[in-house]
Amino acid sequence: MRHLLSAADLSRDDAILILDTAGELGRVTDRAVKKLPTLRGRTVVNLFFEDSTRTRISFEAAAKRLSADVITFSAKGSSVSKGESLKDTALTLEAMGADAVIVRHEASGAPHRLAHSGWIDCAVVNAGDGTHEHPTQALLDAFTLRHHLSGGEGALDGRRIVIVGDVLHSRVARSNVLLLHALGASVTLVAPPTLMPVGVDTWPCQVSYDLDDALPGADAVMMLRVQRERMNAAFFPSTHEYSRRYGLDTRRAALLADDGIVLHPGPMNRGMEITADVADGSRSVIVEQVTNGVNVRMAVLYLILGGRAETDVWEMSA
Amino acid sequence: MSAEVTVLRGARPYGEAPVDVVIADGRIAALDQPGAPVAAAAREIDASSLILLPGFVDLHTHLREPGREDAETIQTGSAAAALGGFTAVHAMANTQPVADTAGVVEQVWRRGVEAGLCDVVPVGAVTVGLRGEQLAELGAMAESAARVRVFSDDGVCVSDAVLMRRALEYVKAFDGVIAQHAQEPRLTEGAQMNEGVLSGLLGLRGWPSVAEEAIIARDILLAQHVGSRVHICHLSTRGSVEIVRWAKERGLDVTAEVTPHHLVLTEELARTYDPRYKVNPPLRGAADVDAVREGLADGTIDAVATDHAPHPHEDKDCEWAAGAFGMLGLETAVSVVIETLVEPGLLDWRGVADRLSTRPAHIGRLDGHGRPLAVGEPANLVLVDPSARWTVDPARLASKSRNTPFAEREMHGRVVATFLRGTPTVLDGQLA
Repeated sequence: MRHLLSAADLSRDDAILILDTAGELGRVTDRAVKKLPTLRGRTVVNLFFEDSTRTRISFEAAAKRLSADVITFSAKGSSVSKGESLKDTALTLEAMGADAVIVRHEASGAPHRLAHSGWIDCAVVNAGDGTHEHPTQALLDAFTLRHHLSGGEGALDGRRIVIVGDVLHSRVARSNVLLLHALGASVTLVAPPTLMPVGVDTWPCQVSYDLDDALPGADAVMMLRVQRERMNAAFFPSTHEYSRRYGLDTRRAALLADDGIVLHPGPMNRGMEITADVADGSRSVIVEQVTNGVNVRMAVLYLILGGRAETDVWEMSA
Repeated sequence: MSAEVTVLRGARPYGEAPVDVVIADGRIAALDQPGAPVAAAAREIDASSLILLPGFVDLHTHLREPGREDAETIQTGSAAAALGGFTAVHAMANTQPVADTAGVVEQVWRRGVEAGLCDVVPVGAVTVGLRGEQLAELGAMAESAARVRVFSDDGVCVSDAVLMRRALEYVKAFDGVIAQHAQEPRLTEGAQMNEGVLSGLLGLRGWPSVAEEAIIARDILLAQHVGSRVHICHLSTRGSVEIVRWAKERGLDVTAEVTPHHLVLTEELARTYDPRYKVNPPLRGAADVDAVREGLADGTIDAVATDHAPHPHEDKDCEWAAGAFGMLGLETAVSVVIETLVEPGLLDWRGVADRLSTRPAHIGRLDGHGRPLAVGEPANLVLVDPSARWTVDPARLASKSRNTPFAEREMHGRVVATFLRGTPTVLDGQLA
């Protein structure tokens, strides 16, 4: 059984294989007929317990371009909202013949439970679990970074990436630190100390509380969404103070290396963690990230379900 | 009372020289040289190589009745207690309705008498409905047939400092004690596991040690200020052990308990995201496990208390965040103590008797329990085979629930027999 639950499951070679595969599959999407027959007859279920339109449609598009049958199951208006458990939902979907379940859940570890509890037997792809991980987001970020910083090939050795924002609550940050480190990049996390997880000093990255200190010469900066509600929980005094200390404006963007780029996993709070000028500016690759998301998710589904079923080139998880 | 006479042949009190123990009229009638003839022995039990200890006393048990009889009843919980070697258990107050009136505690007490497998001693709630707003009628519960002496809002902390102070003062009138569930509520909102490197990696909201230690420190100082005694429930961190040790060195009247699971399991189990390892306070780190073992060994921690917390299967067969807090404990407690303290030489059998019987009975002011193994004392007794090995099968536990953290684990030592005032409740490891 093979799953994608955590970026920690991916070795450097695994990650490069996914990114290379995504590149090949991406060429398909440049054609007029954007379809491959690879997963014809296979059923992929999008199981979304949390609203996330962009991730859900990205996975849907990826599965459809590989000719899989796609069932989308959103918690709202379904039996889940009537109190059905994760287990029963999963059993139902498997009984319908799902080959892979792509799960987004507000509980950290829910995909891990689906994969390891013995409830179901199909492949599980983590599409974001609580404040734990979001491995396909990290893969699409790595794909985007590689395209701009490494000519679309190999790894990210020696590249310096700054990730800024609510690291404490961010599954994107966790997955990116693990994956970018595996790909040889040097990652610096920047946030106020209140938004850093306990034990972040043991993570494979640098930690800074000072954005102006971290940015000069960096190859890329990734801005994380910061929810305004965090202010009420005393993580920072005000949105203005947050923007002043940790927001990305044109002055700060100019501190990046000459061809340095700006990423954001979306959805953005314009005016909070990023100004409109930067979000829409020449360094921004934010829209490109969305395109790459489809390609990377195609690669993940292709490798888990189709392409290399007989080989163990890409054993992701026990 | 048992009218018959029972002889335990060759039992070793506190693991010491073997004797024949004669039990009659619910008391220890004689401690004879092995092989001595006994007149009219109705029952002889070969207890050679078995350790004889006073029946265990649990300060912290959730029997779920009334209200959650789907998880446990006083009958099934009493059976689990007897099989674990307990002759008295304190039934926590967080039932539905809450045990915050004389009526509810008397009902629990009576149901325990009807079950007849161990003494079920109700714990009274400190505040009405465990809401932390208004003192419950502590005096009425103390004067009831249930004779409540231990009061606790366990499950929630009495976090209001004034309310805690008043409760500590008030129970002095009837020699009661407040058993505090030490958990600063604001520091633990939405907490899922021990806060540390691992909670950061797993993306599970942390339950920091300081949330326990800050309340323990405050309550020890409050108890000192008003001249009361205070008991700390399920202490779980190194810092908590150090604070209690500091207080005892100064002669303050504080007692503390540790659960079996905090003596042996660590937060590493959260990596499975399996809620059967979800408990409150959470499993901590290896250094904390070492510290609570040391604290129990040197007497800083007075008692092992199970925090036996039955939950129906569906409340554990789910994602971590949706899972209920708590683990079964009664039927595996002494095995954990044997493995973690007796076998490594941290505690001898007199120490086991002290921490599992004498001191918890004294904290709960139970007259007939925790007594010495001596002629004339009540025959609340347990026989333990320290060399037995057994594997936990959740389906075969007497508890109505299956949420043991020790499923499939080999346990060290086994309860062979339990006697409640001379009457066997367990023989040959089965309910008598």
